[in-house]
Amino acid sequence: MINKLNHLDILEAESIYIMREVVSECEKPVMLYSIGKDSSVMLHLALKAFYPEKPPFPFLHVNTTWKFKEMIEFRDRRTKELGIEMIEYINETGVEQGINPFDHGAAYTDIMKTQALRQALDKYGFTVAFGGGRRDEEKSRAKERIFSFRNTSQAWEPKNQRPEMWKCFNAEIKKGESIRVFPISNWTETDIWQYIKRENIPIVPLYFAARRPVVERDGNLIMVDDDRMRLNPGEEAQIKMVRFRTLGCYPLSGGVESNATTIDEVIEETLSAAESERASRVIDKDGGSASMEKRKREGYF
Amino acid sequence: MKSLLKFITCGSVDDGKSTLIGHMLYDAKLLFVDQEQALKTDSKVGNRGGEIDYSLLLDGLIAEREQGITIDVAYRYFTTEKRSFIVADTPGHEEYTRNMAVGASFADLAVILVDASQGILLQTRRHARICALMGIRYFVFALNKMDLIHYNREKYARLEKDIRKLAVELDLVNVKIIPVSATEGDNVTQHSSNMIWYRGETLLEYLEGVNIFDNDESGFIMPIQRVCRPDHTYRGFEGQVENGFISVGDELTVLPSGEKANVKSIFHTDKAVNSIFAGMPVTIQLDREIDVSRGCVFVKGTELYVSSMFTALILWMDDEKLVEGKSFLLKLATQKMPATVMRVKYKVDVNTGEHVPVRNLYKNEIAVCDIALSRKAVFDEFSSHRTMGEFIMMDRLTNMTSACGVIEHPLRRSDNLTWQQTEIDRTIRSAKMNQRPMTLWFTGLSGAGKSALASVIEKTLSMRGNFTMLLDGDNVRMGLNKNLGFEEGDRIENIRRVAEVSKLMNDAGLIVLASFISPFRSDRRNAAEIIGKENFVEIYVSTPLEECEKRDVKGLYKKAREGRIPNFTGINSPYESPENPDIIINTSKCTLDEATEYVMKELEKYLYVE
Repeated sequence: MINKLNHLDILEAESIYIMREVVSECEKPVMLYSIGKDSSVMLHLALKAFYPEKPPFPFLHVNTTWKFKEMIEFRDRRTKELGIEMIEYINETGVEQGINPFDHGAAYTDIMKTQALRQALDKYGFTVAFGGGRRDEEKSRAKERIFSFRNTSQAWEPKNQRPEMWKCFNAEIKKGESIRVFPISNWTETDIWQYIKRENIPIVPLYFAARRPVVERDGNLIMVDDDRMRLNPGEEAQIKMVRFRTLGCYPLSGGVESNATTIDEVIEETLSAAESERASRVIDKDGGSASMEKRKREGYF
Repeated sequence: MKSLLKFITCGSVDDGKSTLIGHMLYDAKLLFVDQEQALKTDSKVGNRGGEIDYSLLLDGLIAEREQGITIDVAYRYFTTEKRSFIVADTPGHEEYTRNMAVGASFADLAVILVDASQGILLQTRRHARICALMGIRYFVFALNKMDLIHYNREKYARLEKDIRKLAVELDLVNVKIIPVSATEGDNVTQHSSNMIWYRGETLLEYLEGVNIFDNDESGFIMPIQRVCRPDHTYRGFEGQVENGFISVGDELTVLPSGEKANVKSIFHTDKAVNSIFAGMPVTIQLDREIDVSRGCVFVKGTELYVSSMFTALILWMDDEKLVEGKSFLLKLATQKMPATVMRVKYKVDVNTGEHVPVRNLYKNEIAVCDIALSRKAVFDEFSSHRTMGEFIMMDRLTNMTSACGVIEHPLRRSDNLTWQQTEIDRTIRSAKMNQRPMTLWFTGLSGAGKSALASVIEKTLSMRGNFTMLLDGDNVRMGLNKNLGFEEGDRIENIRRVAEVSKLMNDAGLIVLASFISPFRSDRRNAAEIIGKENFVEIYVSTPLEECEKRDVKGLYKKAREGRIPNFTGINSPYESPENPDIIINTSKCTLDEATEYVMKELEKYLYVE
């Protein structure tokens, strides 16, 4: 009998092992849920890791109020179907101040995402947050441990990471400190898609090509998802066959023209893609190649 | 589905690790357009004068780019037509050795770079040793910078010989040597036309083709991660199968208890299955209620140790040094418990492999230690069952992962001598201070010069390298004894407490200088008994009353003569001079220096340490 796990099985086993370790060793875990495909995989892994029990922790969605409508619909539907606990957190102060992605640029991401996340973790007293970060996404992420520690001001200290050996994870923290745990650190974008296909995991329809109203901004196709989208004088939304490789706030998510309407077509496009997925994420380009590390040091996921 | 190879690149700083991987990704067309564009843009301002600097693909931290070095391990993922790879690119600086070890703990194969123009360096040896320690069994030595030695075949042959020697020294079995140039791309993914004399595989060809054979460990092993109890009808045990396989109906043994039960049902994640094998995350239900919790281990067809002491090879990674006797939290598989490093047996010289006896261990040093757990745990030799023989030690204050280690062998009950030996007592403490702890008791009239003499003698002892503590009426009466007056009862209690404190300080290994008038023989005898007569040196400062009254430094004699101080020794209360003092000194007939010299000379026989 030759028993060998394949590539995806090995990745799945590693992620499940990590989730079980956290739940066993840490006091108050939460899983961050961004509604994207990586979050869908994380949620699926959590369901499998603790079966027949429900995931023994709540899920947290930090809502910037600028998410695609389809994302919120998808979130609410999945929450109901699965009977999981979903916490939505919105930085109300930011909303009152009218913080938006058009006028406030980097400050918008900081206030509505980074600060909002910090507020949410503080409010509920979560000491450990599972995140869907992957090391293949970006160079500073490639350097981050699976168990990544945040000091009392929730900042990451990249020069002083604890050694992480074998599967012996150190989850010890002092009061006020917290841990971000990345169970799918070692997955690539291709792995994610292949796993979604294999496991038949539901994802937001925006990942598949459809006719959508878009405008072109700096080479990115931005979807006009509602009437808050600011159009330049003379600018008009055009209907194009578009899909999204990453999902976030609609004014910051660039779509690509595509005819991939099935998972197989999406995988084929991904495998032959000429650009990495973060190229379509408008926010990463502000501040050059080191911008991600800077934001993470400040507590961004 | 393709197979997966996890490997690391290591070697000394500037041997070209990041460049090698960068070049491999670039050549194999594994970069996205935007990554390639960013690389070209970044290289323009880099150190290669506009030429592509492949290392920039991997050095992702701001500090790394600024300093042009690798600080932490970076993971890269790539797939060729033949295989999927995860590569951990590790730092070469000695300072960041622990980050290199992180990469090594994760890999099946190590690519160790050697700068052909420099040969084998200390870091090369250190990294090879750490890779072997962490359990890597496949090694590729990439002799890099062949361009700098003009692709010279003879020089290569000499280096090859050195590497073969090192492999024998470190007991490395699977060793491949490839001459490359990471910057120029020779033998990285394409055969080099500069080295037609090399007929072996290119690095990428070798990595694509090498077969990694799993350890042939015995039996079924699964450490319990968690107990799953969705309701009262179901109780399952979650964990990952580390070795072997089992089926529903098989009998399992639970360690440490040794109780047995049969497998009733198995879930592989959320699917009911009949049998399971190594690597699978599973949930197992047993056919009867036995005591099983996190940290227990299911076994079948193999034996593990259930014991509380073992000898291990460790890598010390903390900035703080390791001191024998220090306690940690130790994590081994899913068990976590306090543990103590009882003895550092020896340190392994990374260069020569020599065993060097030491008591302390500094960052990046490798050593063999005896470790005692606070309770019995389930473990095995690393060479028999890897996951049951690897562990980390966490600092109990800072939570830092201070060390990682692999178990060499258990220590039996009869080997427990080390535990007894290292019980820390007065002998061990004073041995560390290299002195005989004792109490020098200065007695005499007020103004006799006790405190002045004790103070100078303390300074003299301190300069000799002794560890001391001075106690006198003032510092004790202001703190410890501030509730005591000068009545007879209080006076006796005052001396009793001082004697007890002196004894504790002697136990701590210190030489105590106690300076008290202590006019009554009974009090001094009592003190000697508490402290222990063999450690009690009575020094009688015999300066006569007339001289003391003449000096009257604090103006107390005057007040006493005027009747303003009751019970003042020498005036309206007696001083009982010692019958057999160890040392007598009259300060009216000599200077302070002469008095000190005399007392030190007399003390010589007491201070003598074998």
